Parts: sequence; structure tokens; C-alpha cells
Amino acid sequence: MADGRAQIRRRAGPRLWLSALWLGLLALAALLAPWIAPKDPLAQDLFLGRLPPFWAAGAEPGYWLGTDSLGRDVLSRLIHGARLALTVALVAGSITCLIGATLGLLAGYLRGWVDIVISRAIDIWMAFPPVLFSILLIAVLGPGLSSIIIAIVVIDWTRFARVVRAEAMAQGAMDYVASAQVAGRSRLSTMVTEILPNVLPTIVVLLTLEMGIAVIVEAILSFVNLSISTDDPTWGGMIAEGRTSIHQAWWVLIFPLIALFLTVLSFSQLGEGLKDRYDPVLR
Amino acid sequence: MQLLRTFLLRLLTTAITLIGVAVIVFVVIRVVPGNPIAMMLPPGATDEDIARLTAQYGLDKPIPEQFLIWASGVLQGDFGTSITARQPVLDLVLGRLPATLELSIMALVIAVILGGVMALTGTRARGTKVEAGIDVANGMALSVPDFLWGLVLILLFGVLVPVFHISGRVTPSLDLPFTTNFYLFESVLRLRFDLWADIVSHMFMPALALAIPLAAIIGQLLKQSLKETMHLDYVTLSRTKGYGENHVITREALPNAILPTLTLVGVQFTFLIGGTVIIERLFSYEGLGNMAIDAVINRDLPLIQGIVILFAVIFTAVNLVVDLSYALLNPRLRHG
Repeated sequence: MADGRAQIRRRAGPRLWLSALWLGLLALAALLAPWIAPKDPLAQDLFLGRLPPFWAAGAEPGYWLGTDSLGRDVLSRLIHGARLALTVALVAGSITCLIGATLGLLAGYLRGWVDIVISRAIDIWMAFPPVLFSILLIAVLGPGLSSIIIAIVVIDWTRFARVVRAEAMAQGAMDYVASAQVAGRSRLSTMVTEILPNVLPTIVVLLTLEMGIAVIVEAILSFVNLSISTDDPTWGGMIAEGRTSIHQAWWVLIFPLIALFLTVLSFSQLGEGLKDRYDPVLR
Repeated sequence: MQLLRTFLLRLLTTAITLIGVAVIVFVVIRVVPGNPIAMMLPPGATDEDIARLTAQYGLDKPIPEQFLIWASGVLQGDFGTSITARQPVLDLVLGRLPATLELSIMALVIAVILGGVMALTGTRARGTKVEAGIDVANGMALSVPDFLWGLVLILLFGVLVPVFHISGRVTPSLDLPFTTNFYLFESVLRLRFDLWADIVSHMFMPALALAIPLAAIIGQLLKQSLKETMHLDYVTLSRTKGYGENHVITREALPNAILPTLTLVGVQFTFLIGGTVIIERLFSYEGLGNMAIDAVINRDLPLIQGIVILFAVIFTAVNLVVDLSYALLNPRLRHG
């Protein structure tokens, strides 16, 4: 048993640190974007359109990862795109978590009509195709950062509510909760002081996953051209541009794709790593 | 008796869910800024023209009244008329449904095969480097969504090694003798394997992109329950009887380990169908999802309603079938 635990620890280690490293780099790039981006991400130069990355023949010095069809610098757009991606991840992820986890906690612990209403709402939400729902919401709210965040919160709260409800229900049936009740604590105070701490590890894992999902949702919305304005550098917008010129300039697609891939993977590995580290059974 | 009551109760909640979906989508799309009627008329149209057409589509009435008119139409099989295509919504939607169904089913088949192979190989190679490798691949497949897998596949097998088509459902220049829109099935029935190969070459990558995350889930869960089953007494007994490892895994352990996976596949299949929306867009595949995105962009309110309701019907139907088959398959629930 001791050996098994050590093995899990060892495996969790590098996974956790590599993910944190990539996300840290990304955060740094987002914060320092105006100073470290080599070019203006919006500057077009039609004479420098579709330049290949630095190692390929025909590359132009200074344009490390090449340019898109309008001659905009891919590296600079990538760095600036990290700002939107991380903002959406942090803000949308946190608000979704707060609302979804609260509703799940209330439904799972209070039960009764609160649970009936929330569970029915979850059922209805689960019958919507999420991508179509988000596109619909953006069409209603109009493009822009706040619309993206609202759309993600409105659609994804069920991810938290579903799981937290089930966990809160399981915790609520345990003896320690009953003894807290017997000791004369109010239901709400029991929920916050007894149930919440036990559900928290699950919430943290879901939160990191949700941050990764939020980045993808933003990319998908940019891809169908409904995110923020079409000029602003976004990874999804770059992917949409890269998809149309894929046979002429593969690098326009591949770099934002790698960035998205690593970011999503890092968020989920961070969650898994944290789970292994704080799981009371493994600890 | 118990089963019948469960069934009726589930039918009731399904109806509530569908009504909920209908109300939400109906209200949400009517808050959309921009008059869809003004968008479909030529620039020179007068205000009277716009008012006349708005009245024709019933968009001048209060929203609750619009909903009742629409709902009573739906109950008679009339989903209204598309504003952009000027055809009955039901015809348009049913025309596209086969494309999306074929794509989803192909993805499901790929996911089950891939996931099954991963789970069986992993179980066979317990404790070796092979199992560790499968676990890593599984973890990665699970964390990365279908949209990104689609892009990776486009780059790998559409551009780098161009073996598959990256857009459309079939090569446009081909002469199609089909009477239904189930191209994949009909090409087999008509023994037109040339067309079948072309269709598969278009469908394979979007189907694979949809399948990868589900395959990972299947692989992970099935392997886990296989591992648990392998420790049970009856499996050990069959091993002492002298059966080989392959027989023990596939004949003795698998039938008992498969039930939790089956339930999960059902629920996850609805997520897969939801994923077709963006995957169809990515691969320019002419299915429901692609039509839905166009409908939103064109503010085609009746069409959006029709598609969303159809998706909701499919989702709830899949869940209903899963629940019922679980009740039928699981003896503990059957006699409970």
C-alpha cells in the first residue's frame, strides 16, 4: 500500500509542475503582451502575407512564427490572444463554479422543492446541445467579452450543480452531519461548515476542468465568428483563418492549435494532479 | 408493474423537459436584436412590406400567443416555415437528420471499438509498460475535446498525409442515385461500393474526432471494471479450470464488467451528438448542426426552434432508451 501511494505521488509530480509551468508562462505572456510581442498584432502588410515560420525557406527575420494571409504576425497575435483566453478561463470559470456549486449544494443538502426545481432545470439544460446553445446566446447578447462569459456561465453551471448535488447528498446522509444537527446548528451553517469543506476537493477539480472548457468555448465562438470583434487577436479567430488557408499556410493553424491543446491539457492535468495530492484516501 | 410505473414517470419528466426546452428557446431567440424579416427583404423594401411579411410569419403578435400558435402547429406536425429557405421547417430538418445520425452512429461504433480494444489490451497487459502507455493515451484523449481533435486530424490526414477528405459529405461532382438521405446505408444496399468509399472517406475524420473522447471514457471505465471483476472468485475458478487468459477476460470477466460501461455510453452518446454541431461546421459536413449555425447567423427563428427541439427530442429519447434498457438488463432493478 505504501509503495502504491509513493508511485501515485511520483506520477502526479511532473504532471502537476509541467502544467503549472505552461500556465505560468501563459499568464506571464498575457500580462506582458504589449512589451514582449515583437510586432503589433493588428498591423497588416499585404506584401508580407503568408510568410512561413523562421526555420522554413522564404522566412522573413523578425516574424518568428510567420504571418497570416493579411500579413499579421502570428507570434504577436498568439501572445495577445493569451489575454482573452486566460481572462475567459479565470472569470467565466470562477463565476460558473460559484453559481453551479451553490445551486448543487442547496439542491443536494436541502432536498425538497429546492432540489426538485434545480434538478428539473438541470434536466432541461442537459437536453440542449451546448455548442448550439452558446452560439444562440451570443447571437442574442451580441458579441463581446461579457457576452462570452455570460454564455459560459449560463450553459455550464450544470456541470458543477450535477456533481456537487450528488456529493452533497452523499455527505448529508453521514453521521457527522447528523451530529452537527443534533448539536443545534442551523441547516445553512451545517451546509457551509460541514458539507462544503468535504465537497471542496471535487469543486476544485471541476473548476480547473471548467477553465479549460471555457478556453475551448471561447475558441469555438471565435471560430464561428461570434466571439469579440473579428480583428482582435483570438486563438479561435486565428484557427478559423488558418482553416480557410490550410493548404497555403499550415502554420497559421498549427501554432494557435498547439497553444490551445497545451492549455486545455494543462488545466485538466492540474485538476487531476491536485486531486491526487489532496484526495484524503491517498493522503 | 414496477417497470410500467417507472416508464410512465420517465415519460412524464421527458415531456416536462421538452416543454421547458421549447419555452426557453422560444423566448431566447425572440429577444434577438435585428428584425429577421427586414434582413430577408431587398434593401429597397418599404415599411409596409416589412409589416406585411412580419404579420405573415406571425411575428407581430405577443410572445405567449406566438408560442401557443407554434405549439399547436407542432402537435399537428407543422413546425412552421423557414424564413431564409421558405420551405417547411420539418422538411428541411428531416432532410438533414440522416447525415447527422449517420455521423453520430459511425462515431459511436468507432468509440466502442477503440475503447474496447484499449480496455482489453490494458487488462491483458496488466502491470506492464503497455498498460501505462494506454493510461497516458487515455488521459490525453479524455482531456482534449472533439473540436481540437478535429483540427489535429485535419492537419495530420488532410494536409500532412492527405488520405481523407476534410470537407463535405460526398464529392460534389459524383452522380448520386439515392432516394433517401442515408447515403452511407443506401450506398451499401445498392452495392455501390465506389460511392460508399467516397462517403466514408469524408465521414471518417469528423467521426473519429467525435469518437476519441468517448473512446477514452469507455476504455477507462471498462478497464477499471474488468480489473475488479478479474479478482472475483468465479474468474479465479475458471482460471484453475485451465482456461487461457484471453478466454478468461473475454468470456468470463467481460459479460459481468460491461453493464456500468453500457449505461455510461448511453449518457455520453448524447454529449457526442451535441458535439456534431461544431464538428460538422469544422468539416463543412452538411448535417443538422451546420444548418443550425447558419440558421442562427441568418436569424431564421422558425428553423432554429425546429432544430433545437429535434436535438432535445433525440437527447431525451436516447436517455429514455438507456434508462429502460438498464432496468431491463439489471435483474436487481427488475425485481425491485
